[in-house]
Amino acid sequence: MNFEAHLPALQVVIPLLAAPLCFLLRQKSLAWLFSTIVTWLTFAVSVMLLAAVRENGPISYHLGGWEPPWGIEYYVDTLSALILVIVSGIGAVVMPFARISVEREVEAERIYVFYVMYLLCLTGLLGITITGDAFNLFVFLEISSLSSYVLISLGKDRRALTASFRYLIMGTIGATFYVIGIGALYMMTGTLNMADLATRLPELQKMEAALAFILVGLSLKLALFPLHLWLPNAYAFAPTVVTVFLAATATKVSVYAMIRIVYSVFGGTAFFDHVGIDETTMALGLIGMIAGSLVAIFQRNVKRLLAYSSISQIGYMMLGFSLGNVFGLAAAIVHIINHAIMKAAMFMAIGCATNQARVVSVDDLAGLGRRMPLTMAAMVVGCLSLIGVPLTVGFVSKWYLLRGAFEAGLWPIAFIIGLSGLLAVIYSWRLIEAAYFAKEPEGREEVHEAPPSMLIPLWILAGLCILLGTNASWTLDLAIDVATALIGPAGTGQGGGQ
Amino acid sequence: MTAEIFSTFNYWMVIMLMMTGFYVVIAQGNLVKKIFGLNIFQVSVFLFYISMGKVAGGTAPILADGYSVYSNPLPHVLILTAIVVGVATMALGLALVIRIKAAYGTIEEDEIEKLEEKEQ
Amino acid sequence: MIRREPVLRVSSKLFIPFIMLFGLYVQFHGDFGPGGGFQAGAIFAAAFVLHAIVFGVSETRRVAPPWLIRLVLAAGVLLYAGVGVASFFMGGNFLDYGVLDHHDPVHGQHLGILLVEAGVGLTVAGAMITIFLTFAACRIDGKPE
Repeated sequence: MNFEAHLPALQVVIPLLAAPLCFLLRQKSLAWLFSTIVTWLTFAVSVMLLAAVRENGPISYHLGGWEPPWGIEYYVDTLSALILVIVSGIGAVVMPFARISVEREVEAERIYVFYVMYLLCLTGLLGITITGDAFNLFVFLEISSLSSYVLISLGKDRRALTASFRYLIMGTIGATFYVIGIGALYMMTGTLNMADLATRLPELQKMEAALAFILVGLSLKLALFPLHLWLPNAYAFAPTVVTVFLAATATKVSVYAMIRIVYSVFGGTAFFDHVGIDETTMALGLIGMIAGSLVAIFQRNVKRLLAYSSISQIGYMMLGFSLGNVFGLAAAIVHIINHAIMKAAMFMAIGCATNQARVVSVDDLAGLGRRMPLTMAAMVVGCLSLIGVPLTVGFVSKWYLLRGAFEAGLWPIAFIIGLSGLLAVIYSWRLIEAAYFAKEPEGREEVHEAPPSMLIPLWILAGLCILLGTNASWTLDLAIDVATALIGPAGTGQGGGQ
Repeated sequence: MTAEIFSTFNYWMVIMLMMTGFYVVIAQGNLVKKIFGLNIFQVSVFLFYISMGKVAGGTAPILADGYSVYSNPLPHVLILTAIVVGVATMALGLALVIRIKAAYGTIEEDEIEKLEEKEQ
Repeated sequence: MIRREPVLRVSSKLFIPFIMLFGLYVQFHGDFGPGGGFQAGAIFAAAFVLHAIVFGVSETRRVAPPWLIRLVLAAGVLLYAGVGVASFFMGGNFLDYGVLDHHDPVHGQHLGILLVEAGVGLTVAGAMITIFLTFAACRIDGKPE
């Protein structure tokens, strides 16, 4: 067997096979150990895939040996390889952190359920990213969604149940909308393969209705501004590990799916000229940026605050997506990666604090700056990245977003980006003020620094925030490559499909 | 005009069912009814796919002597997958409703919201 | 109370084996005609559902203990993915059944689809039984019996 040739299938099959095995193990430490090994293995596979793609160009893998467009094709290019690395990377880094956190936040007899669902969710997200088949994407979307509903409902607070239920309703409507759109496309073109669909561009341009369904469906999944209602409670009341994982990957993968469908299948900028959906998504993205940050300022629950900040950050991605030029799209792609890292770091820091001192509201952070210096320092790094201070990852994506806006001749957007950054300063400052300047409540038990198994993953992520901020070219070069391939060379702003 | 409507009869039915289901999801406050509305909504999409696979004059897609026109089996296979997803969603949704009932003592959305507001 | 109804008890005892047999027929006839794992799994699970309705959930739990159902559920997925992985090792792509038989790819295809459908059938039956029994065992206040 030629191991390298089967990497695309292994990427999905390893966690898929591991889930039922984990289900049979049941014993919680065994399940944890097993899942940790599996997630790191998955991460290794995705890194090898990225290396292979950079070296030899896109990989197409035919499931069951059936040639596309008849069979299901797994298609890995730089964009999908990049997303695979970030999803499986976060999935792997979270695992060492998970053991203690899950022990505290999930009921003992349900802990093995957590690991099974975690692996299935990872399978689904990786599958969405790797597949080249539009219907297969739906199947993976549902695998990841169903398992994330379960993951959210594992929270001990009873509001986790209603949050999960609400997400289930909205997520299912989103996925069903997507299927309607795909059905209409299939009816017109007779194919489900994305690359094959893209070759039928003239036919597709008559398919505004199908695109509308697909866009609304995916926007529900990625929590674009008016469709975000499921997100805050789901993030706030899920176990922290789940929040870390979902905040860093689930919505990002949906953004990826949106980029894939609109740019690779529908032909991106040419299609924007034709139907003008970019104006709608841009407007919603901008409103989301402001509204999300504004609401975040007034939140008392820390995780809800960060959840609203996620909504505003998704606005940045949608803005970059809608600008329709290389810098904008590259900014969106880089921001997918950067935001995944910084939000994971921040939620993880809150997770450490919750574990040591039962932090729920912002006021509970009081005095922790001195008690848990390493954790809170990582949180500060996350805050700085959210604001977009130079030398952190947040700056890189904002800078390119600005360049994209100027190139598109939309200079007023620069003000909105600045305003949203300013609002981010305010809500970040609330966290920092509470942690470092507020008086410690009296009568609290002695609080200690988090254990190393939680601190090390946290600082891997916080370190990446700075490392990728100072060495921006590592991710940026790849993103610009990808954007150029999707749109055409920088500066022209024109060009078609694949 | 009438002929046009009848030639696209299946789509009219699909859209009616779809909107019925969607309306139930939005308008009903009872969580169980919401789940059933969601199910009707999904079933309408199943019908959409299944009716799309029909080829005029075609028989069931099983190889047999004397037949040369077959219906398109692919949408049916796709919907088989979607049905399984639908069953899973419904089972999970109802399981959540049972746990919500245990935790809140009610499955009416407005009453749950009142209880949640107190906790905030 | 249904449990005392002799007509129901006797006739369902008669029916259950035939329901299972029909399930197996749909499963293994799937190669040549309408049928396959999904449908077969659902029919097979129907036999257990009938049993639980007539004889009570605890009785069904005795016939089909949770650990067994769990094993069936996981074994189905493992069988399915296992066939895929086996096709790696025999030189094909994932789920390429053609390579499963060295002499004749058509035989390989037959073998592959048979095993995969068996996996699907096991999982669907296991899932359906689990879903039904879990719901049936719930009291109105949501606590398990």
